[in-house]
Amino acid sequence: MASGSSIDVLGQFELHPVLGGLGEAIRLSQSPVYMVIACALVLAFMFYGMKPASVVPGRFQAAAEICYEFVRNLAVDTIGPEGTSFFPFIFALFFFILAGNYLGLVPHSFTFTSHIAVTFALAIMVFVLSIIVSLKVQGLKFFAHFMPAGAPVALAPLLVPIEILSFLSRPVSLSIRLFANMVAGHVMFDIFASFVIMLAGLGFIGDVLAVGPIAINIALIGLELLVGVLQAYVFAILTCIYLREAVAH
Amino acid sequence: MRLPVSLIRRSLLAGVSGLPLIVAAAPGAYAAGMPQLDFKNPLVTGQVIWGGIIFLFFYLALRNWALPKVETVLSNRHERITGDLDQAHEAKMEADKAVRELNETKKAAAAQAQAHLDSVLAQEHAASAQRLAEINAKLETEIASAEANVAAERKRAMESLRPIASDVAESLIQRLTGQAPDRASVDAAIARASVQSAH
Repeated sequence: MASGSSIDVLGQFELHPVLGGLGEAIRLSQSPVYMVIACALVLAFMFYGMKPASVVPGRFQAAAEICYEFVRNLAVDTIGPEGTSFFPFIFALFFFILAGNYLGLVPHSFTFTSHIAVTFALAIMVFVLSIIVSLKVQGLKFFAHFMPAGAPVALAPLLVPIEILSFLSRPVSLSIRLFANMVAGHVMFDIFASFVIMLAGLGFIGDVLAVGPIAINIALIGLELLVGVLQAYVFAILTCIYLREAVAH
Repeated sequence: MRLPVSLIRRSLLAGVSGLPLIVAAAPGAYAAGMPQLDFKNPLVTGQVIWGGIIFLFFYLALRNWALPKVETVLSNRHERITGDLDQAHEAKMEADKAVRELNETKKAAAAQAQAHLDSVLAQEHAASAQRLAEINAKLETEIASAEANVAAERKRAMESLRPIASDVAESLIQRLTGQAPDRASVDAAIARASVQSAH
């Protein structure tokens, strides 16, 4: 968003209370509203897709089934047979992030996955879940994972802190990966869009030159569509890998 | 179960590269501008609570309602397909059985026909052999009777030959010696000679 000649690329991430004073009191910004829209879209997609519930699916039903089977295979192939019980969680996680990423690509909308608070909360949820599952399945043997099997005992004072650090860095890396990708994409949109407005002030030659940033932004939409699904996939598959590690004996 | 090394390296790298952002989150960094890092803003932290509630409802709606619906449709389809496959399998088994029965019937009919043919042939063989035997027997009796006739004729001829021989011998002796021989001794000599020549 350009105000005058300066570029304010970060204004798009600002939160505003909705419903006026009530929203301010209950800390309700546009971000949770978009979360509700994203979840409603996913649920509506599943509802209308599966409404015919026919043996030979139509296009819409086939799409809903593909989504189901894609995430199910992801969960079961990665986690193993225990993946079935985690499948609804992985499905919710994947489509929550995917819908958030894609909803943010709609002009004038808001990307809740561009907020570190949201992505970090999701990552902590995954982290805590994996620890709970680990402790439940493996008991105290869970702590043995911090000493790599087969490594010399003499190296333990070095290896154990590294393993603990790498374990603790999981939620950080998981959340920052998604957050940084979303922020970077939307900042780039804003920068190139601002270029168009700035070039418009140069008269005819500016109008001609402005085609460049517009073309770049069109290409960026394509890239962001890829990044949106890729980041959701990465988040989901890393969650699956952490859970596989948790359920492994 | 351990993570692949590449994954550890990647997550470490991401963690390290994220460090500046954590540093930036320190008080005062908000002046640099990122609204996401303004944790003093209640709306930023409010997202976590709202997000938690929304995600929980989303998860429950998916787990209890949307996903079982897909599961039902998929398992119905699976059952239908395996049912149809079983049916097709059964139909094929029946067809195979019918073909097998047909082949058996064909084989039995061929065997019966062959047996019939064999029996007819055997009968025919027996009949012709019998006819041949009858003809042979008839021919043999005819041959035997003919032989008997010939022997009788020969005997009669031989018997009628002896008086002629006696007469010839008597007249020869009379011419040679000039006196008539004793008829009885001539007959005896002829009989002796004919017995010798008969041997």
